[in-house]
Amino acid sequence: MDNIQNSKSKISFPHMGNYFYAFKPLANLLADEVIIPPPITKKTIELGTKHSPESACIPFKYNLGNFIEALDAGANVLVQSGGGCRFGYYGEVQEVILKNLGYKFEFLKFVNDFSIPKIAKYIRKNNPKLSRFTIYKTILLVYLRIRAIDEVESYLRKNIGFEKNPGEFERNLKIFLRELERTYVISDLKKLKRKYLKILNNIPIDKPADPIRVAVVGELYVLMEPFSNFNIEKELGRRGIEVHRFCNVSSILHDCFTFDLYMRKFLKYAYPYLKYHIGAHGTESVGLTNKLMKEGFDGVIHIKPFGCMPEVNAMSALYRIGRENKFPILYFSFDSQTSETGVKTRIEAFYDMLIMKKKKTYDKK
Amino acid sequence: MSEDNKKIRIGLPRALHFHKYHTFWEDFFKQMGFEVVVSPETNQQILKRGVNLAVDESCLSLKIYLGHIDWLRDKVDYIFLPRIVSLHKEEKNCTKFMSLNDIVRNTFSKVKLIEYTIDVEKFRFEFFEIFRTVFYVKHSPFKIFRAYYLAKRKQMAYTQQRIKGQQEKIKNKNPDRPMILIVSHPYTTYDSLIGRPIIKFLESQGVDLLYADVVDPHKSKELSKNISGDLYWTYNKELLGSIEIFKPYIDGIIFLMVFPCGPDALVVNLCQHKIKNIPLAVITLDELSGEAGLKTRLESFVDILKLRKKKHG
Repeated sequence: MDNIQNSKSKISFPHMGNYFYAFKPLANLLADEVIIPPPITKKTIELGTKHSPESACIPFKYNLGNFIEALDAGANVLVQSGGGCRFGYYGEVQEVILKNLGYKFEFLKFVNDFSIPKIAKYIRKNNPKLSRFTIYKTILLVYLRIRAIDEVESYLRKNIGFEKNPGEFERNLKIFLRELERTYVISDLKKLKRKYLKILNNIPIDKPADPIRVAVVGELYVLMEPFSNFNIEKELGRRGIEVHRFCNVSSILHDCFTFDLYMRKFLKYAYPYLKYHIGAHGTESVGLTNKLMKEGFDGVIHIKPFGCMPEVNAMSALYRIGRENKFPILYFSFDSQTSETGVKTRIEAFYDMLIMKKKKTYDKK
Repeated sequence: MSEDNKKIRIGLPRALHFHKYHTFWEDFFKQMGFEVVVSPETNQQILKRGVNLAVDESCLSLKIYLGHIDWLRDKVDYIFLPRIVSLHKEEKNCTKFMSLNDIVRNTFSKVKLIEYTIDVEKFRFEFFEIFRTVFYVKHSPFKIFRAYYLAKRKQMAYTQQRIKGQQEKIKNKNPDRPMILIVSHPYTTYDSLIGRPIIKFLESQGVDLLYADVVDPHKSKELSKNISGDLYWTYNKELLGSIEIFKPYIDGIIFLMVFPCGPDALVVNLCQHKIKNIPLAVITLDELSGEAGLKTRLESFVDILKLRKKKHG
């Protein structure tokens, strides 16, 4: 940090969904100023792909693109976390690539350690002036913000397809996020969450008693970053499908701190298709698919970046679930080259198939 | 399990871990009184079966592995398939090795596996796991212990012998011939379909070859930190460390990478950025790779090395 202490330190971190609103206060502790990288566009992924190894997975490329754009915007401290599959090794490779491009910056890595005291210690090492109380308070604030975002978004996902006045949900979400960014007091945050859940609840919707329910499972980055999956949730919602997603940052944090317990839970769900943990979120994908199938979901969409190791492992089990139970599962594999039209066409076909299947079951009854 | 009249046949697929531990496994099971059946060297037919069975996006090594299992499954009673998650503390293997058992079980409906988990991070060590597994069939602890000890010793002797052979190669080095280090996983290098032809071709071009996997693992793991501090895949660590060990003797490095290998994709890229003074070639192999193009690339790489050698003496 020495060379940076002289000038003003500007910290930045890669995008994932709307979570930069949540992580901003924590980043603020590490540096004088937080630079939010410009929103992900086609240019971001082009930049990322240009400088990444060709067979790296797509989150690597997005993150690298974010870093380059942030550095161009003046950032000089970058943060990358890691763990699980290849993700743990992102940091080192990205640092080398960016240094070779001639950028000067400090790179902070949180690899494979998600314990709160460790993170607090790390922050204190970099910024000894801070008191422990401030750090823990900020961590709590970040956690509550994540929870608030997740709860609101999860309600949105289930109902956005049935709104009477199109665009109302999204407009409210934007206002909510803007207000969230300004809320620093923990009790206010709770009030804010309640207020907006109430507002969203009061938005008129036209929901049938038995809507088509589809769950999205798969790799966490492409699940949570709407640009990388071509807004698959919005696309589904627009067709009047109730979308469920069980993976968000709060669920990941929960899993990190109860590692063995959550693994056992998902292995139980995944019986008899899995016997062992298959790495990162693969077990979760299989377990959830099997569970949701039994719960009577109409279909599952499995999405992953091309070449994602754990999810490819999960696919052999998912194939078997689909084959043995005649359960519709749609597989998507995203890369920098995937075309949006192709994705839309396949979703359309999947949707038509689900409707036909639903009609058939009704006719039988 | 009645095994008095007939020996139980155990199948070892000649792919992935086999190339690293075959001496140990074969010897252990033979001493325990099992009949060991090893699948043949990989051929086009095995690859074709594997490609049909596997998920499209899985790596070539896994496709070959499934092909071998398909060959074995009606010829043996059990297929031996240990699940090796982590071999050392704070180290891991590729997630493919974690899920191998489940992939096999989901791909083939009726297949009997002998399996155990090695996960040092969760205190599941090799000896206890192998002991527990074999004890179901052969209730003689002493015999298991003895077989384990002897087989391990044999494996170690074999490794030592190979390391010595490589050191002698360096000693008797012909100063005019360029020396190339092959950096790739044993299951790529020694596979008769993907690695061997390349090795043979290179040898015919008048170069000496060193293998990155023939090295003292402790030493190489320590040295791998010079290149990459964060690396946590055991096998990749060993390979990277060997680059550091052989650095003074080699004129070029060839990375053999199967498509799409997860760890290698990042590690090899890191090497390309970090290793500056040694020429290196990255060769990506998949089931469609045409031989002619590959040979041209290898030839030109060898030519470059020879020219460089002449220039710098």
